[in-house]
Amino acid sequence: MSTAANDAPRSRGKAPAGERVADWADGRLGIYSLAKANMRKIFPDHWSFMLGEICLYSFIIIILTGVYLTLFFHPSMNEVTYHGSYVPMQGQLMSEAYKSTLDISFDVRGGLLIRQIHHWAAIIFLAGMFVHMMRVFFTGAFRKPREINWLFGFLLFVLGMFTGFTGYSLPDDLLSGTGVRFTQGAILSMPVVGTYISMFLFGGEFPGTDFVARFYSIHILLLPGIMLGLVVGHLILVFYHKHTQFAGPGKTNKNVVGMPLLPVYMAKAGGFFFLVFGVIAAVAGLVSVNPIWAIGPYRPDQVSTGAQPDWYMGFAEGLVRAMPGWEINAWGHTLVLGVFIPLVIFGIFLALIALYPFIESWVTGDKREHHILDRPRNAPTRTAFGVAWVTAYMVMLIGGGNDIVATHFHLSINAVTWFVRIGFFAGPVIAFIVTKRICLGLQRRDKEKVLHGRESGIIKRLPHGEFIEVHEPLSQEQLHTLTAHEQYKPAEIGPTVDENGVERKAKGTDKLRAKLSEAYYGEESQIPKPTVEEYKEITSGHGHH
Amino acid sequence: MSSQDIPEENLPAEQDAPHGAVKVADEENPFADPGLPPHEHRIQDIDEQAAKRSERAVALLFTVSMLATIGFIASFVAIPHDKSIFIWPLGHINAMNFALGLTLGVALFTIGAGAVHWARTLMSDEEVADERHAIEADTETRAKVHADFKQGAKESVIGRRKLIRNTMLGALTLVPLSGVVLLRDLGPLPGTKLRHTLWSKGKLLVNMNTNEPMRPSDIGVGSLTFAKPEGLEEHDHDFQNEIAKAALMIIRLEPDSIKDKRELEWSHEGIVAYSKICTHVGCPISLYEQQTHHALCPCHQSTFDLADGARVIFGPAGHPLPQLRIGVNDEGYLEALSDFEEPVGPAFWERG
Repeated sequence: MSTAANDAPRSRGKAPAGERVADWADGRLGIYSLAKANMRKIFPDHWSFMLGEICLYSFIIIILTGVYLTLFFHPSMNEVTYHGSYVPMQGQLMSEAYKSTLDISFDVRGGLLIRQIHHWAAIIFLAGMFVHMMRVFFTGAFRKPREINWLFGFLLFVLGMFTGFTGYSLPDDLLSGTGVRFTQGAILSMPVVGTYISMFLFGGEFPGTDFVARFYSIHILLLPGIMLGLVVGHLILVFYHKHTQFAGPGKTNKNVVGMPLLPVYMAKAGGFFFLVFGVIAAVAGLVSVNPIWAIGPYRPDQVSTGAQPDWYMGFAEGLVRAMPGWEINAWGHTLVLGVFIPLVIFGIFLALIALYPFIESWVTGDKREHHILDRPRNAPTRTAFGVAWVTAYMVMLIGGGNDIVATHFHLSINAVTWFVRIGFFAGPVIAFIVTKRICLGLQRRDKEKVLHGRESGIIKRLPHGEFIEVHEPLSQEQLHTLTAHEQYKPAEIGPTVDENGVERKAKGTDKLRAKLSEAYYGEESQIPKPTVEEYKEITSGHGHH
Repeated sequence: MSSQDIPEENLPAEQDAPHGAVKVADEENPFADPGLPPHEHRIQDIDEQAAKRSERAVALLFTVSMLATIGFIASFVAIPHDKSIFIWPLGHINAMNFALGLTLGVALFTIGAGAVHWARTLMSDEEVADERHAIEADTETRAKVHADFKQGAKESVIGRRKLIRNTMLGALTLVPLSGVVLLRDLGPLPGTKLRHTLWSKGKLLVNMNTNEPMRPSDIGVGSLTFAKPEGLEEHDHDFQNEIAKAALMIIRLEPDSIKDKRELEWSHEGIVAYSKICTHVGCPISLYEQQTHHALCPCHQSTFDLADGARVIFGPAGHPLPQLRIGVNDEGYLEALSDFEEPVGPAFWERG
């Protein structure tokens, strides 16, 4: 029997060590079939595809530095007196959480750096997810088959916000405590259940002695655990679907053009991890973030001016600041609309972008897979909707810092708040109209370029004295790239009379869909792309160049 | 680098026709996909010297990384952790944090830069096309899976034995309730906790800064004083919870300038006491404008007119700040005449 093994084609004795290890692992894990499909997997190249990588890498950095911080942080609200090396706080009463954060910052060598890398990476993680999400949105990468992955990404963004919030609340400093108080006030505004949720979350009245320990387990275990699962799922789906690509010569909906994972993509993406980590480490060494020692420990009766949450909470902050203080008192109960409505808008506004892929696929009725990305201009209504959404978000970000805006630009706080109140409604409408027109303008320019060529900048004088600009015809590559996109036709309700002449009542949803479809793809919303006939007629006719 | 150094046979193939000429391969459809463009060689592909230079650049970057790591360890050991240095334009910053951040940043960044430079200049940059396959299964697979499922469901007899199905669903629905019940002891029920504070009849108003009870003469017109109830000390275990409700703002107005009748009644010689906790979401109000008698919450800019029953005149707060009824005791000290008549802080469903 043993001699039979020696006859096997793989002569183990001579194979290099790496190969032998791989063989060993394959015999137990089946890694070869996995590697066969993936080792030379093709990844297309475009600068915007690295936005997602920034998110992934900052997430890894957050986990690495976070584990380090747990070695020194004490998630306890026991009151202690400070005797550490930071002189201005000597003898102060503070919670153990705050004290251990001071210790990390002043007494653990390199602790401050890791703390600041952790915080900067969190800020970049959220910003990266926001921009990455916008990239996916504006290029239509969320379309079938990637809707689920869009939802995974969306959940990561939302959970990221709450992980960030629970994280910066842990040091129990005056600034973050104020943020926790705000959250508790917002929870109280919920009808019927508000006071109960508040009592259960804080283990009694605010602030109590429990929330740091509770936020701690939420921040280091519950939320990141879910997020890690989502990240893995997100990546598996990216591999499984294969990456999208922009239209171009040789790129079709049925292929993926780019460089193989081993070696190019591995080197570039792996290298990019170090680039991201390096930049964040340098920033953390140079720029201080959340200097809790300058703010002091939390006391519910003290506050500093210019209190600001981390940027990703600015939108919620803005909603709460801009909302008028409506309160309805009836039958012995209070409906705190002034706080509850912002809470609801916050949810609806986020749900809107989460559900968008399903809305668009319902309007188009398109059930095909899409692997070629749209240029934003070629989907004017979607692009306009996205810009309107971002506009509302940004207006509320300004609203969240209305006091900072007012003091920095010497404006009245009331004027800034009113600007935000009006801007939240008017801004998106204006942004929608302007964006759509810009998209249509760009579509016209593309058409012009296809039919008449590129403006070469060369001015030619004709024999009779006329000056003309020479237009340079495009190559077939360019012609193809500019005309590869597909244009939908507006959906129709269909005949309102059936074959027997009986009147058929169009359903309300059908009517709505037809209306939306008209808004998306009607004459007002896209410029018909040039046809081959048009092109031939112009190029074969009298010379125009 | 001159082109003479490049061996003839390594030169890239003739480039496309000079610009200006249209190259439309497909006469029928000029918009048709011309297929992947021919691969263009980089200088490193055809010139070994250029490739050598790239190799040296990558190696240099990796070497810098090693040096930076050594620098990191050296900074960790050598720099006192409380030393601060002046770096323009950052100002005075912690020397160790600066050195550690910079060396770690360089050590990591140069690894990345080396890898990316290596990939861009020395690894093959030929684009390759991979086929995509439909995500959906073909009809055959689909039919097989559906048939298998039906077979499995049939063999389980779950469709036929409804009693099993229904009791199982019932059991699975009920069992998570134990988990919900277990959450009950996360905290007490609200009860009337949010309605009461430490204030009560006869409690002295104690100055937050001096920790002394106050006489009316201690409070000047136009000043803002923060107060707490007597007996509440900073190191008390429930200090945070109590001060979160009992914190008080005391100001002195000219009695004629008080517009609200009840405010005047509950004041003493123009001294009025209001809850310091904002009725919006509970921030402590700490900005006071003595000319206008306006108090402003620094968190969300709710503005209250303290001369007019603390009416909300701007911002997101929904109702006035609760006022504490005060007077003077036999010894001439300011005291509370009762608890707040309404809950302090943010509004809630049961507030009414």
